[in-house]
Amino acid sequence: MSDSPRILYCHCNYAQVVPEETKHSVLKKLSDSGAAFDAVADLCEMAARKDPMLRQIAEGGNVKIAACYPRAVKWIFGGAGCALKQSSTQVLNMRTEETEEIAATLLDGELVPNLPADKDGSKPAPHELPN
Amino acid sequence: MSALTEQPTLRILFYEGEGSTPLEPAKRYDAMTALLENGYAVTRTGSGKVAGHERGPLLVLGRFDSGNPPVDNVDQDQASLRFQDVSELGPSEILAKAESTRDETGSVKPGEWKPWFPVIDYDRCTNCMQCLSFCLFNVYGVDEENRIQAQNHDNCKTNCPACSRVCPEAAIMFPKYKSGPINGDVVTAADMGQEKMKVDISALLGGDVYAALRSRTTQAQERFSKERDEKQALNERQKCLTKLAQNADIPKEVLLSLPSPDEILRKAEEAKARGAAALARQNQMKNA
Repeated sequence: MSDSPRILYCHCNYAQVVPEETKHSVLKKLSDSGAAFDAVADLCEMAARKDPMLRQIAEGGNVKIAACYPRAVKWIFGGAGCALKQSSTQVLNMRTEETEEIAATLLDGELVPNLPADKDGSKPAPHELPN
Repeated sequence: MSALTEQPTLRILFYEGEGSTPLEPAKRYDAMTALLENGYAVTRTGSGKVAGHERGPLLVLGRFDSGNPPVDNVDQDQASLRFQDVSELGPSEILAKAESTRDETGSVKPGEWKPWFPVIDYDRCTNCMQCLSFCLFNVYGVDEENRIQAQNHDNCKTNCPACSRVCPEAAIMFPKYKSGPINGDVVTAADMGQEKMKVDISALLGGDVYAALRSRTTQAQERFSKERDEKQALNERQKCLTKLAQNADIPKEVLLSLPSPDEILRKAEEAKARGAAALARQNQMKNA
C-alpha cells in the first residue's frame, strides 16, 4: 500500500464558480501524471446522495482534495455523515488558488492538513456522532 | 429521507493495473473529461486491488491484455460489474458505453437535479432553528437528537440562498454561491456585522417577512374585494416580493414559483411551528 495521500478531484460540474481553465488544467495534469486518483463530477451531489464513496475517502487515511473552500468541503462531508479527519486532510481551493500550485501540491506526496479546526475539540461535533 | 440517498449510481473505473496496458495521457484526459462533464464519477487506478461501488454498478474500462478483463482485481459482485475494452474507442464512444450501461442497470441519470442545497457549518450553528422556521420548502428537519440538518436537499430552490441570510451565525453555506462567506469562505468580523444587518433587513417592513407578506396580502385582498382590481393586488404582492428578492438575493424564478399568498402563509405557519416544536424538544432534553 502506498503512503502517498489519496487524491480526490471535484469537477464542480453544475456551476460556473470554479474557473474552467483551472479545472481542466488540474485534471490534465492529474491525467498526465499517471497517478491514481478519484475524479467526481460534483462533490455536493455525492453528499446529498450520501454516496458510500465519501465514507471510504473519509475513513481511508490521508487525502488531498481539489475542490473549493476548505470550510465548505469539511461540512459537505460532515453533512453526509462522513467527517473528514482534520489531521489527514488537505483541501486545495480551485476557486482561488493557482493551477500550477494546486497540481504540484496534489502530486507532491506530502500532506499539509488545513481543514478548519473544530469549535470544541473536546467534544465530538454533531457530524461525528453515530447515526 | 430523500430518495436521492437510495437511487443507484453508476461508477466508472479506469483500470490501468496488472493485466492491462495504460492509456496514453491524452486519451485518458479526453475520456475522463467527457465522463465527468456528463456527471459520472471516475477513478483511475494503476495497481492493487480496487474497492468496488456499494450503491450500483461499476463499469471497468481499460486495455485488457489479450482481451481478458481483470476480474480478480476488482472487489465487486459479478452481477453489478461490467468490463469494456477501450483500445478501439474514442471519448464519445466511451461515453456512449457509460450511458448504455447506466440505462441497462437502471442507474440514475446524472444532471437531472442541480445539486444546490444548504450545507451547515456545525462549528458555527447554535441550533436556533431560524432556518427551519424560515424555509417554506421543507428543506430542513431535525435528527433524533433535535439537531438541525438539511434533509430534503432536492426541495431546495436552485440559486436561492435566502436561509443563509437569516442565519444569525453565518453558519449556512451554499458552496456554489458566488461570494463569501455563503460560498464557504472564511467568516470575518465584517461579515458578521453584515449578516446581522441582513437579518434586520430581512425582517422587512418591520418585524418578519411573513408578517410583511401577510400585511401586504391582506391590504391587497381588501383592495381587491373592494375594488375588484386584481391587477393592483398583484402589483402589491409583486412590490413586496421584489423587495425581498433584492435584500435576500432570491432569484426571480424562485419568487415566480412561490405558491399563492394564502399557501405561503400556511407553509410559513407550518415551518414556524416545526421550528418551535424542535426548540421545545431541545429544551426538554436539556432540562431532563
